[in-house]
Amino acid sequence: MEIIAIILGGVLINNFVFMQYLGLCPFVGVSRQLETALGMSGAVIFVMTMASAVTSVLEIYVLAPLGLGYLRTIAYILVIASFVQLVEIFMKKAAPGLYKALGIYLPLITTNCAVLGVTMLNVRHSYGIFLSTLNGLAGALGWSLAIIIFAGIRERWRLMDIPKTLEGFPLALVSTGLMSLAFLGFQNLFKAVFR
Amino acid sequence: MRRSVFYDFIKGFIEENPTFRLVIGMCPTLAVTTSVVNGFWMGVSVIFVLVFANVFVSLLRKVTPDEIRLPVFVILIATPVVIVELVMRAYLPAMYEILGIFVPLIVVNCIIIARAEAFAFKQPVLNSFADGLGIGAGYTLNLILISGIREFLGTGQITVGSFRFPAAPFFEPAAVMLTPPGGFICLGLLMAVLNVLLARRERKAKAQAV
Repeated sequence: MEIIAIILGGVLINNFVFMQYLGLCPFVGVSRQLETALGMSGAVIFVMTMASAVTSVLEIYVLAPLGLGYLRTIAYILVIASFVQLVEIFMKKAAPGLYKALGIYLPLITTNCAVLGVTMLNVRHSYGIFLSTLNGLAGALGWSLAIIIFAGIRERWRLMDIPKTLEGFPLALVSTGLMSLAFLGFQNLFKAVFR
Repeated sequence: MRRSVFYDFIKGFIEENPTFRLVIGMCPTLAVTTSVVNGFWMGVSVIFVLVFANVFVSLLRKVTPDEIRLPVFVILIATPVVIVELVMRAYLPAMYEILGIFVPLIVVNCIIIARAEAFAFKQPVLNSFADGLGIGAGYTLNLILISGIREFLGTGQITVGSFRFPAAPFFEPAAVMLTPPGGFICLGLLMAVLNVLLARRERKAKAQAV
């Protein structure tokens, strides 16, 4: 039951973008085209799942027994930074086109607050290694869902006549708000199912 | 070229306003702005971290090799964040609970790493200090502005400690302003309004030039 709750929670109910305000910079920055959004999603899914797994191992076997909780932030960010470096090296070789399209946002996954956010949330909920990894995966899937839907919407903007003052960020934020309103509906839906 | 320290301080308010002009550091901007008090404390934390990180990045800029500057930045930023975290947990435990994971998440706030990279790494210590203070103060004002609007519309009044304005809500509060959708839409519309004002100012300046 807890597994189902984590998956549904990560993807729909507590969606990182719409409900928790995590990972907004790349969400707005890379969602201009469906293709780059898909590539970014792949990278984020990998980094977030692996980072969740590794940081929870680090937490349970190193930080907690030694009482080094106050070093958590520094330790986690270093783990995440090295994973991002790994993905970057891999993508440069395997998919140079995508690597160019993602541009600055690839190294910026390090500062994607969704990644550090999910590891911090794992600690707050005191999930074990398996549940942490699952939570990371579910959160990343939810983030990907959000950015892919949003990229679809943004591709249609090109055909539309948008008022000059709303162009770019303002419209992006307002449409995110409207989508988030839709996701708000899931919260009560699942509350009814799980209680 | 040595720009004046005062300019570096003042530019954070309008010209390089982090939220509205540079559009960075959005996540905490939306997450903590459900009440003015939350926004204020988040802003103060960011000012502290930004000034600390800027000063130390600037102090170490001549001995830091280019290739490893990002890891160095991250460590220099994480240190004050941990200080803020521990101090807040000790003296403002209630606020620490409310701000939650967004306190440790200051580490990955783009504003701070962007200032380190774009400014402090190239400029003298005093200018970096002023830059950190200015950008941080600009950010705090943004947070207070946004949270003021959201709290006022969402609860009908603004509460700071025991002070309430207006004493009783004179309209039916729209609770949606406190939820995530309200935050997104509020910030989006605020940006649009600012765009209108800026466009008008530019048009006026052009008309005067002709």
